[in-house]
Amino acid sequence: MKLSIRHTSRYVFDAPVRGVVQNQRLFPALCGSQRVLQWSVNTPGATKGACFRDSAGDWVETVSIRGPVKTVEVQVTGEVETTDTAGVLRDHAEQVVPSVYLRSTRQTAADAALQALTHEALEPAGTQPLARAHALAGAVAEAIAYKPGETEAHTTAAEALSGGIGVCQDHAHALIACAHVADIPARYVTGYLQADADGQVHEASHAWAELFVEDLGWVGFDPANQCCPDERYVRLGSGYDAQDAAPIRGLVQGGTPAEHLEVEVTVSRHQQQQQ
Amino acid sequence: MTDTGIYNEMHQNGGISAAYRNLDQWLDTMPADLRSLKQSEAEALFRRVGITFAVYGEGGDPERLIPFDMFPRVFTDREWRKLDRGIRQRAAALNAFLADVYGRREIIRAGRIPEHLVTRNEAFEKTAVGFRPPRDVYSHIVGIDLVRTGPDQFYVLEDNCRTPSGVSYMLQNREIMMRMFPQLFVENRIAPVDGYARLLKKTLASVAPEKCEGEPQIAILTPGQFNSAYYEHSFLADLMGVDLVEGQDLFVEGDFVWEKTTEGPRKVDVIYRRIDDAFLDPLCFRPDSMLGVPGLMSVYRSGGVNICSCPGAGVADDKAIYTYVPDMIRFYLGEEPILDNVPTWQCAKEDDCKYVLDNLADLVVKEVHGSGGYGMLVGPKSDKSTIEAFAAKIRENPGNYIAQPTLALSACPTFVEEGIAPRHVDLRPYCLVGEKIELVPGGLTRVALTEGSLVVNSSQGGGVKDTWVLAE
Repeated sequence: MKLSIRHTSRYVFDAPVRGVVQNQRLFPALCGSQRVLQWSVNTPGATKGACFRDSAGDWVETVSIRGPVKTVEVQVTGEVETTDTAGVLRDHAEQVVPSVYLRSTRQTAADAALQALTHEALEPAGTQPLARAHALAGAVAEAIAYKPGETEAHTTAAEALSGGIGVCQDHAHALIACAHVADIPARYVTGYLQADADGQVHEASHAWAELFVEDLGWVGFDPANQCCPDERYVRLGSGYDAQDAAPIRGLVQGGTPAEHLEVEVTVSRHQQQQQ
Repeated sequence: MTDTGIYNEMHQNGGISAAYRNLDQWLDTMPADLRSLKQSEAEALFRRVGITFAVYGEGGDPERLIPFDMFPRVFTDREWRKLDRGIRQRAAALNAFLADVYGRREIIRAGRIPEHLVTRNEAFEKTAVGFRPPRDVYSHIVGIDLVRTGPDQFYVLEDNCRTPSGVSYMLQNREIMMRMFPQLFVENRIAPVDGYARLLKKTLASVAPEKCEGEPQIAILTPGQFNSAYYEHSFLADLMGVDLVEGQDLFVEGDFVWEKTTEGPRKVDVIYRRIDDAFLDPLCFRPDSMLGVPGLMSVYRSGGVNICSCPGAGVADDKAIYTYVPDMIRFYLGEEPILDNVPTWQCAKEDDCKYVLDNLADLVVKEVHGSGGYGMLVGPKSDKSTIEAFAAKIRENPGNYIAQPTLALSACPTFVEEGIAPRHVDLRPYCLVGEKIELVPGGLTRVALTEGSLVVNSSQGGGVKDTWVLAE
């Protein structure tokens, strides 16, 4: 499937700031399920700086903007050809070994409820690693209903489970927490999702989790949509949690003005795909 | 003095060891009033140079003077040569280990160190994986804490691969002794330590990053004047003739890190950082860090700056990893360890934990990630309720603790109120690793000033002594 992506993030500050520095992980991962046909990330007014491919295989660019500046806009446009690998991350060059992703963070730490959810889900699942991973993803989807606007960026997995509602970030955090309880390496993945017209699929700027499944390697699970990533998904990067994997992580220098973020994302199926 | 099984470095069996022979004479001829005069002179000198050591969590004067004891700690050339070889060997192995665990992982694949001890270690840094810092050196200043229990028996108590502090005391102790007792330095052939700053600068310059052309610009990154070791940061910057900077003095633009100066931005190539990994770069680690430089890690990873020690170096000095250092030496260097480890029980292992809980009264128990003498139990010095409370903590989280026998730390004559008495000492030499491995003779001797105390940490009321290595 050929997907066209337009993703604009506009940061507006109440008062001009002296400068902004951003780490951007806005480049599609190099992996078997996707091929980049065209891609550009543009931050008007910014000096492009150090860039490198990090240990987990993500391309990172650091940009700086000298102020005074009131608005920072990051524009991403591109086309990616995707194929369905049933969620399996194939041919992805990375150097971090899976066991590193057994480490929990504040947002992915399991409390008693997440531990209980894990054990309940695993009991009927048997010993087959893929079945166990599916069982956890299913349990999380069931325990946390999708509802935007109720949770915050800093909401933890435990809080989301106790509230019973959340968005893709909360689902991913909860699944990572459960996986860790089960001693399964798990991580947070960011990307794009082509939203269907029927309203079944949410959030074009998306996040899900990858669990390390023996014999298969890293496999994506998207509890928010109760599926594994397929050809509608474009994978960007990964990390321990939402903060660690954030496609844009920035810091304002000089002052702490209120910041408003407007994000527009459209992921559309390319016309030529029909031929 | 010898009936307790404690090794007295000066007096044994009624005799005086070779290292201390001249000092015995010095003592004999020193009038008592001169001694107290000199002691107050020493204190005045320390105050004048401004060397103080803030102590966390104790209240009172944070600029408290660390007590200086005028009686030197002495090693013969023969004694030092063995230590010197052992320290260099250890520093080389620790760096080889770091290059390996962030690279090919051979020691793990060979089954010599359990993977989880490395990858699940809090000090293990994901962003360091696969990146090779200049000359493959991760820990450029290795502080190795040593204790002595007999004429030829030394043990390594712990390694410090991140940012070991205290070297300013080593330098100042010498400086002050030379000013107060110049005659001693005429009568004794004492190996100098004042080359340390030059060697440190040479070491840092030798690990300039890929993109640095010409003479590397070095800066020391400090958390600021409220840090307990701030004096040391400014002292070393002064001695090396490099800038002392805080995070807010640096910024990232383009491929490099820049220092704001009155003449405009100046590129910085090597950062000797005295702040923890977590605070280095708010875009990579703790987002609330005000001490770091946003974007620093990207410049580091792309070869525009070097950070000493490298982020993630702490995984080598963790107390759970410590047990494996002798194996590292054999594995990477193909040599037998010259310096011994203290036998260590890991509470993470069930059998070890049981032994530790059964023998708490005889053991020293430490937190795996602790430092500065906090959060530890000295069994023989603790009452029953303290021991029981500590046992509960171990049961709750065994993996967080290791235990060691209480060693009979050697004692060195020390000036105390009643005259001269033996007090327990340790030694922290500072090994520099860059293009070469360099080590000035001696180190920092810490002394437990309270009678019978085994805790020498300056944060726990320990003092310091000048440390001599006698030339042949």
